[in-house]
Amino acid sequence: MALFERFLALKAQGQYREINRLIPYTQFVNIDLFDLPPNLTTVLRQTESNTGNPTIPAVHGGVVGALLEHTAIMKVLIEGEYTRFPKIVNLSVEYLRPCLATEDTFARGALFKQGRSVSNVRIEAWQSDEARPVAAAHAHFLVG
Amino acid sequence: MAKSTTPHRELRTLDAVASMFGQIKHCRALDIAIVSVERGSALLRLPYSDRIVGDPEEGVVHGGVVTTLMDSAGGCAALSLTPEGHTIATLDLRIDYLRPATSGQDIRGFAECYKHTRNLAFVRGLAYNEDRSDPVANFTACFMSRAGNLMPGMDWNG
Repeated sequence: MALFERFLALKAQGQYREINRLIPYTQFVNIDLFDLPPNLTTVLRQTESNTGNPTIPAVHGGVVGALLEHTAIMKVLIEGEYTRFPKIVNLSVEYLRPCLATEDTFARGALFKQGRSVSNVRIEAWQSDEARPVAAAHAHFLVG
Repeated sequence: MAKSTTPHRELRTLDAVASMFGQIKHCRALDIAIVSVERGSALLRLPYSDRIVGDPEEGVVHGGVVTTLMDSAGGCAALSLTPEGHTIATLDLRIDYLRPATSGQDIRGFAECYKHTRNLAFVRGLAYNEDRSDPVANFTACFMSRAGNLMPGMDWNG
């Protein structure tokens, strides 16, 4: 079965965690779904090999970016209604606080604008306190 | 070559930049290697692997890995313009995805600093497979630099 059909079948059954697991990279860095729709939340599990700056130690900024991007993709896939996979156009990340390599990191996205051809998603990531985000991002997806 | 406001004699050696890069566990996990580091620029290479695929149907590497490659290349470019004892942190970055990375091929990440001040390095770059004129992604970022290990957020936001 083609990937998009498999995805649609899993979505129809509410197998959201299985949708996340269709993507090999999620297992490489340890991204899972922490909470299901309507509060779709991802978690980047504390993983030694995700460390960037060894002194703090902090999660590599690229992995934080990847978590934000992946969270946006899950949000669009699971809550959007499309006839093919949305394509990411771009991603802008702001790093707000150190993302400690010794803790789990959570992320949640919001569909800020859903247009006919483009969707805009805002995403925030945090660790122990959701009110103190470690990073924020916005991403555009081609959906038409 | 970026316009410099810091005398070169204060800068860390390029070997020291490579050695700092070598301490990044996540780059080791991805097998990212330095191809070259110059004053104000860096070229890295990421080998293709099934583990880092985002689209299993087409075998395309996850965009997040491209972000990691470019953040690392930009970080090396910024580090090459900072004195020994200074650390850097990414303030923000933007990635424009221009085409899917070719399945099975290495991805190269080139970044250069086009302006830097005492505390900031403005960086741009490209991710590409074989041909830099046919890039996978365009990258822009701003890095903070300062003495010691303080990172953005620790002192800005408490």
